[in-house]
This record gives sequence, structure tokens and C-alpha cells, in this order.
Amino acid sequence: MARRRGSSSNSRRYSGRPQAGARRRGPQTPKPKFRAAFCATCLVDQFYPEVGAAAVKTLRRAGVDVSFPEEQTCCGQIAFNGGFRSHAAEVARRFLDVFESEEQVVVPSGSCASMIKVYYPELFEDDPETQGRARAVGEKTREFSDYLVNVVGAADAGSAAGSAPHQGLVTYHDACHLLRELRISDAPRALIGSIPGVELQEMADADACCGFGGLFSVKFPEISTAILDEKLKNIAESGASAVVANDCGCLMHIRGAMERRGMEARAMHLAELLAGDGV
Amino acid sequence: MAEVKSAEFKSASGQALRDAKLQRSLEHVMEHFVDARASVIENDFGGESWDAMRERAAAIKQSTLDHLDYYLDLVDKNVRRNGGHVHFADDAAQANAIVLDIARRNGVKTVIKSKSMVSEEMGVNHVLERAGIEPVETDLGEYIIQLAGETPFHIIAPAMHKTRDEVSDLFRQWLKTAPTQDIKRLCEYARDALREKFAAADMGISGANFVVAETGSVCLVTNEGNGRMTTSAPRVHVALAGMEKIIPAWEDLALYLRLLPRSATGQRITSYNTFVGGPRAASDEDGPEEFHLVIVDNGRLNLLRDEVLREALRCIRCGACLNHCPVYRKVGGHAYGWVYSGPIGAIVTPPMTNMKAAKDLPYASTLCGTCRDVCPVKIDIPRLLLHLRHKIAEGSEDERGATWMERLFVERWGKAMRDRKSLEGQARLGRLLTKPLTRGGKIRKLPAPMVGGWTASRDFPAPAPRSFAQIWRDELAADVGRAPEPQE
Repeated sequence: MARRRGSSSNSRRYSGRPQAGARRRGPQTPKPKFRAAFCATCLVDQFYPEVGAAAVKTLRRAGVDVSFPEEQTCCGQIAFNGGFRSHAAEVARRFLDVFESEEQVVVPSGSCASMIKVYYPELFEDDPETQGRARAVGEKTREFSDYLVNVVGAADAGSAAGSAPHQGLVTYHDACHLLRELRISDAPRALIGSIPGVELQEMADADACCGFGGLFSVKFPEISTAILDEKLKNIAESGASAVVANDCGCLMHIRGAMERRGMEARAMHLAELLAGDGV
Repeated sequence: MAEVKSAEFKSASGQALRDAKLQRSLEHVMEHFVDARASVIENDFGGESWDAMRERAAAIKQSTLDHLDYYLDLVDKNVRRNGGHVHFADDAAQANAIVLDIARRNGVKTVIKSKSMVSEEMGVNHVLERAGIEPVETDLGEYIIQLAGETPFHIIAPAMHKTRDEVSDLFRQWLKTAPTQDIKRLCEYARDALREKFAAADMGISGANFVVAETGSVCLVTNEGNGRMTTSAPRVHVALAGMEKIIPAWEDLALYLRLLPRSATGQRITSYNTFVGGPRAASDEDGPEEFHLVIVDNGRLNLLRDEVLREALRCIRCGACLNHCPVYRKVGGHAYGWVYSGPIGAIVTPPMTNMKAAKDLPYASTLCGTCRDVCPVKIDIPRLLLHLRHKIAEGSEDERGATWMERLFVERWGKAMRDRKSLEGQARLGRLLTKPLTRGGKIRKLPAPMVGGWTASRDFPAPAPRSFAQIWRDELAADVGRAPEPQE
């Protein structure tokens, strides 16, 4: 099945425009309890905008007032992981400028959230002032599923999904940085479990790396694919018809091979599954 | 020093991936080690949790490394007090010269060796052979790879890549034994051959799992008993130890001897823990007449001097990071091109050998972090790999090894991410350039180089017609400040 893009025929999915006159919050509008700035990540922004739209839709449905600082670009992870810290630092500084004034930052990616929360302080270790800023922004940055479950308290966010875009057995792939940098594994599973008509079916070695590793997948494509073979085997053996992950890096890699091999199962971001059709 | 072939990582790993037999061995042995380890990690070790033990083991080793000069002095003093000799070697050549000198002064013809990774770094077997002295490895795995003329495939399972048929062939060739598929029988062949060597050897060379500073003793952890034979049967015993092997006190052994076998082979205790206190005393019935401890640097100072890399010297060579590494489990040990492989090999090889030649190794990791979780001395392996990548990308002239294409890519990336306008400009260009390659939202073949490898096995997504930022402006921005209350 072709991936949905923000084409005109699908764009209704993301709309739900307000009535004219209700755009500005008036005294009659209840003040939202949660307010968060959405960091789309560069991958979602340029390749998977439907994931971003689904995340915003899900967050809003859970009562979050979501904004999108439009000057954002990237967190800098790709340069940092490549060793090019001076380039990464420039982009990271910009990230801090853009997001510093926000109450809370929500990111639909475990690895970008790790970059901000765990590795920014390391990136700025020779610059205490920026390091302090980075720590402060890191404190208020949360990965999407973590934010929904542990900040908003909406572990049942999937219950309002209406008809989920995917029904039946779904298996979950633990993205490495989400699991082993941020230690988040229960929140996404709880969210999957809350969707009517969807059942979580664990695969073997769900917590094993899929072989993506960012630059690694480009520098060592053969090794990267050999590691992925194990993951695809486990996905297939789980009997699930979709694999869900919270990182578009892993998903680009997993989906890319599934499509090449003509596998039936789909690879999707948790937000896509949660957003469903209904609002 | 042992030859460094780390520059060939890419081709060597490709070869390993295409070797079906090797892939089967790797899967089988790695799975065994991982399961065995998991089965012995209890939550309570006399009131102390596994993680608390790791924490303590990391702290003790780190503090020893932070005060290494003091502990080296203490080891020197206490080994001498026990009647032994201590030698310090800056590099492999010096260490080899020391060993050779001891052998010559004692008229040594045959040397038996128990397993020692430092001796692999030194390539001491070749040096002894050239001097007309016969070195015989007595650890079964090491013995097999010595006969095969290879280097260790794994820190604790050096011959894990050899099948029983290959071992049978090697034994038939070298020991003139009858072919067999029976592993017990193969062990007996080796045992018979090695017995004669044990009895005849003039000198034993061992490694050292731990050197205890306060007592001046060397601790060996083995499963075959060969370590005890090596250290007690011949007239002369030479123990080789990397300078990071020191632990301060005898009681610290209680901690490390719990962590090491569990992490390595998944055993609660190994068959033999051997403690060597020096040469035979007047009251002893046996033991060597001479005991030498050779403490080897061989590039370790390059790690010690670096504030971040220093913690790699806490390593107790258990091999758990190899067993759990998705990359090692696919490419095996030889691809790394030197003595140490897997995540820890990717860290220590470049600074101990040659940063430029081994520059691929720190990148040969997905940074998945499993290694850090299983390391018994809590080495933050991903962080250290990232630190090395920084050196390779932006370090000194001696360290830098990024290609011009990588530098060009990151320059362009940096410019694109400078602000939203640049990003959208670059994105437009990207859409334009990839349009002819796109079919049904997918790119099946990206032009090489650099990114071409991706599409050999995976489709690449075409850039979306509208970015998320565009969708936001078109459809989502209007709802800011209007979020409904959470639904009941």
C-alpha cells in the first residue's frame, strides 16, 4: 500500500478547522491544561509529514494545545553521530534558540529526543553557558509516547482513535535510543493496547537493534541489512500485520526493505496508528 | 606487534557476511553466551544487586586508573617482596625483548602458554619461533588457532568459528590423529599432545586477569586447568599483564570473580581460579624457580591520557559486549583486523594502533547501547565511540580520517539546516533531483557513491510533496490555542 502523503484527497484527514470567529481563544474557550511545542524532526518534516500530522492530531485529541515553531530545522544528530561536532553545535544552538521559550517540547522520535536530552550537554561540554541552556531544554523535552502517557496521563489515547488505520495484530519494535537512552518501553505498548480493534503481539527480540544506526546504514549497508534480516524474520514470525516503532529512522530502514521484498506487513509510526480516522 | 588489518574492515566484513558456515557458528555460539549470561544474573548477591556490583566494579577500576602510578609502584614493590621480578615494557617490541631475554638466560627450548590477549598484541609466538624456541598454546581454543595460523576470533572463545570437522582436519594434519566428529575425542587428542608439552616445557607464559596490588599476586581465571599447569610446572613463569589489569586489594577479587565468569561464559564460577604469589618458596614442594611479571603499555597510555577514553581501560575482557553486539554477531572477530574485536575492539584498536588505519571501526556500530547495558564495569561504549568519531572527523592532523565526500556532505547539511529558508531551498532542490528517480513515492536506486549502498537492499522514500511545515501552515496552524479538554 502506498504511503499516504499530504495530498489534497487526504488532506481532510488533518484538518478539522475551527469555526470562523473561534480561532482566537476567547473567555468561553477553556484554557488547555497542557501546552507543547511540536518538534517534527527533519525526517518527518521532509519525508514523513503524515506522521507529524498524526502526532499533532493525537496530541490535540488528548487535550494538548500544540504549536509548531516554524523556524525549526533539525536537532543535529546526524552530524554529531558522524563526529562533526562543530557543525552539530551550530544546528543545536539554533534548536535551543527556537525552542528555549517553550513550556514543553514533544518529539516523535526516540533518537532525536535522546540527542537533545542526553547528548546536547556532551556537545556543549566546553561551553558551560550553552550547556546550561541545553540542559534546561532537555528537561522539558519529551518523546511523543512518553509525553502522552507520563505527562498528559493519556495512556488510553488510542481509545478515541475511531477506526484505526490498521486493525488486528500489531507488533512493536523498541527503537534503541528510546529504549536504552531514555528507558521508555511501557508507554508505547500501553498506547497500542488502548486502540480498539488492535492487539499487541510481541515479537522475539523486540528490543534488538534493527540495524539502522543512522550513518551506519549508509556506511555499512551490507551489515545493516544483515541485522535487519533478523528483525524482518521476527516481525514475520510474530504473525502481526503491522510493525510499529517510534522512530522514523528505524521505520525508513524497516519499511524500505519490506517494500523492496514485497512483504505484506506494514511499518508505521505509533502516531499514525493512534490518530485513526475519527476526531 | 601483531599486524593491524583494520583498514580492511569493509571487505573483511563483507566476506564474513557471505560465509554461511561462519554465520551459523556465530548465531549458535552468540546465542549460547547470551542465554547463559542471562541465566546467572540474579538480582541479589548477598544483599547487593547486579547493577550495584557493576557500579562498584567500575568505581574501583576507575579509581585505580586515576592513580595508576601509585598502584604500579605498589605492584612493583610487592611482587619483588614475594621474590619475583617486575619489568615494564613501553611497547610490544620491548615486551618481546624482555620475554626473549628471560628465555635465553634460562636456556629455554619449549614454552607453554596459557591464554593471554597481551601476548596476541605482542605477537610473542613469532618472536620465540624466530629465536628457535617452540611456543605451544595450551588453551584448547588458542591451540586450535595456533595450529591454523590464525588470530583469536573472540576474546574468550578464540576458535569459536572453527567447526568440529575443521578441528579434526587440523589435528589430523598436525598431530597425525584419526579423523573424528566426536568433540570429546578431539579434546582427548589435544590433551594427549599437550601433556607431553607440559612435562617438557622450560618456561610458562601466562596472562593475568587481575594483578592484586596489595599482595603482588596474579589471578588467572580459566576452565581447562592449563593455566595452573603453565604457572606451576615449568622452571620459569612469565606473566604478561596490560597495565590496566591492576586491582587494589585482595578482597576486590570477590567482586570481580563474580562479575567476570557470569558476564563472559555465563558461569557462576569458572573451573579454576589460580592465584600466583611469586616463585616457589623454600617450603613449597613445587612451583617455578623464577617468576617474572611483565607490565605492558603498548598504546594503553593513549587511552589513559584521554579523559573520555580512559574508562575503556576498566575492561576485564569478558566479551559480553561482543556477544550482545548486533554488528559483531554478523561480522565476527577477524573483520576488526587486530587482536580485540566487537565494541571494545572498536574503541581500543584505533588509539592503540593507528587512528587513520582503524578509522572505520568506531563507525561500525549502530550505537544501539546494548553493550553498555551488559558491560560489567559500566563502560559507556556508545559515548566512547562518539568521542572517537569526533577525533576522526575534527581531531588533530594525526587523527583525522573523514573523506572529502563526508566533509562536503556535512558542510551542505550544515548550510541547509542553518534556517528554515535554506532548508526549504535545499528541499526543493532535493525534490527536483530525485523526481526522475521516483516511482510510486519510492526511490529504488540512488546514484552511488555514499548513499548508493542504501538502495541495494532497501527502497528509499521520495521527499514528500509537501513538508510537514507546509501542512502545518495549510491545515494545522489555525487550531493553536483551541485544544479541547481531554475526553472522558
